[in-house]
Amino acid sequence: MLNSTRNFVSSDMETAPLLEVRNLSTYYVSASGTRIVRAVDDVSFSLRAGETLGIVGESGSGKSTLALTLMRVLPPAAQIVSGAMRLEGEDLVGKSENEMQHIRGKRIAMILQDPMASLNPLFSIGDQVGETLRQHEGASRRSAWQQAIGLLKSVRIPAAETRVTQYPHEMSGGMRQRIVGAIGISCEPRVLIADEPTTSLDLTIQAQYLNLLDELRKEHGIGLIFITHNLGIVAKMCDQLVVMYAGRVVESGPVRQVFNAPAHPYTAALLSSIPRMSNRRKRLIAIDGQPPDMSNLPPGCAFASRCPAVFERCRNEAPPVFTPAPGHTARCWRSAPEMAGSVAMSVGALS
Amino acid sequence: MRHYIAKRVGYSVLSLLLLSLTIFLFIRLTGDPASLLTEPGASAADVAAIQHKFGLDRPVWVQYGLFMFNLLRGDLGDSFYYQTPVLELYQSRLPHSLLLGVVAMGFSLVLGIPTGILAAIRVGRFWDSAGKLFALLGLSLPSFLVGLLLILFFSVYLEWLPSSGSGTFWHLLMPAFALGWYFAAAHMRLTRSSMLEVLGSEYVKLARLKGLPEALVIGKHAFKNALIPVLTLAGINLIQMINVAVVVETVFAWPGIGRLLYEGVTFRDFPVVQGVVILGGSMIVVVNLLIDIVYALVDPRIRLEQ
Repeated sequence: MLNSTRNFVSSDMETAPLLEVRNLSTYYVSASGTRIVRAVDDVSFSLRAGETLGIVGESGSGKSTLALTLMRVLPPAAQIVSGAMRLEGEDLVGKSENEMQHIRGKRIAMILQDPMASLNPLFSIGDQVGETLRQHEGASRRSAWQQAIGLLKSVRIPAAETRVTQYPHEMSGGMRQRIVGAIGISCEPRVLIADEPTTSLDLTIQAQYLNLLDELRKEHGIGLIFITHNLGIVAKMCDQLVVMYAGRVVESGPVRQVFNAPAHPYTAALLSSIPRMSNRRKRLIAIDGQPPDMSNLPPGCAFASRCPAVFERCRNEAPPVFTPAPGHTARCWRSAPEMAGSVAMSVGALS
Repeated sequence: MRHYIAKRVGYSVLSLLLLSLTIFLFIRLTGDPASLLTEPGASAADVAAIQHKFGLDRPVWVQYGLFMFNLLRGDLGDSFYYQTPVLELYQSRLPHSLLLGVVAMGFSLVLGIPTGILAAIRVGRFWDSAGKLFALLGLSLPSFLVGLLLILFFSVYLEWLPSSGSGTFWHLLMPAFALGWYFAAAHMRLTRSSMLEVLGSEYVKLARLKGLPEALVIGKHAFKNALIPVLTLAGINLIQMINVAVVVETVFAWPGIGRLLYEGVTFRDFPVVQGVVILGGSMIVVVNLLIDIVYALVDPRIRLEQ
């Protein structure tokens, strides 16, 4: 009986998503209430334990606001207007600030994009790494300090015993980034969000750091969310991909499938704008035009003005979510069932 | 750290040298003290005798040389008017000014820092607006007006507090308030802006992401960083309060250094003005030096600089 219950729980854990986001919207509202920016608009995705989800999109597409929404640390002007987020089946939107404090850093943690500015210059590394443990695990100052040494070792910082006593300005950028990573994993969170964690690192350190995050994911069965605009990193690290444009998820699905058969012209354009060693002689393909003004979006598809495969309906009517293949979604009229014949043609025209 | 301190000391000495030259030349532009120290209608010979007595008939560079020579021996000269050493006059007034300055500073910090923090964490809301109004009043009402209003209300109308003089705790209240008022507003504004800057920093964001309670985020991560510029300003302000509380000390007839300076300027008492300015300047320079050293102790980035 006991055994079967355990089996049931574990099999349930395997199938139920670790983090589930349904129709989530976060808007920035100006003080006068007249200007509304739909930074995150009707976003849905799910993340399973041990899985890596990549969220890509250009600057201003709402990736970081989405991350801050998941952590519930939005600036005062931003608010969650609708939707649901569930961590291990538990609703996060309705939680009080006090309840969220017990979840943040403990069950869901986040690594910020700027390692140079993420550490407080006036406190030692040991203090800042151990702080989360003191807060969530009730660790004493002394034991938190010891655990901080262990954490620094686990992120491959040499001479951890002396490093804990030092201050952020005594560390290199790569070390600081690993320290911020150590803070992220200190309480063994279920979900770890990494917001462009490698933008400020040089390529060698970048590769080391990505490997490190991947190992931590495997060791602890963490659900990893990777926010990036680097599709190379997505290809290397991620299982699932969410592509954001103007606050919306324009395409999502398994990385391999999306890369092989992108259903949205924006994704296709992103993929074709990756510089490749093989086509040395070809010019780099760029996406023409500018992203739309987020406070004044067009009535139709937000990508319509830049889309090479645009047609009349795109400009007037925003496309709903279509499912071109199981597990693969796209917000594009070309993926509508009645358009089945022309999809291949339009994407083919792009490449 | 040793190299850092040596460099700071060097800069300090240079600033004092420049200050002494500036005040020595500028005070001589105010006119001839002999005309104020003689009877109206005194003979040219009498005026010349007075000028000779104080060495004012010699070339300016000789006067400066003598002044610097004496200064290095610790002699600031004698007051033309009181005929006593300037240092003695200064020392007799210093305790009064210190008392007034320290109480006014305490008042300005106790009022300025918490209101500044409150305004920053409630930015754009009621307490922020109230704080802005307070800062506007504090910075724009001249201290003589605040002093006169206080006297009018508490001394003339309510008859609670003595209008001028010194000696008791009650004498101290109004001058300290009038003097601290302006600085409280300045400290409030700096605390607010410094706190806002720190609250927008990535490390405060990370502190929140760690799941720390807001009290700890503000009390530990933000407060210590936000306080650095406020402490610098407060240190410099304290010296200003002690040395140049000229208006407040004059309004309340508080026998401090500010009033001594006021008297010195009125009587063209060159040694008094030079002495007060140089001693005050030295204090500012020394306090700045101490602040730089305390900075180094608080902030590891400076402390560990080689």
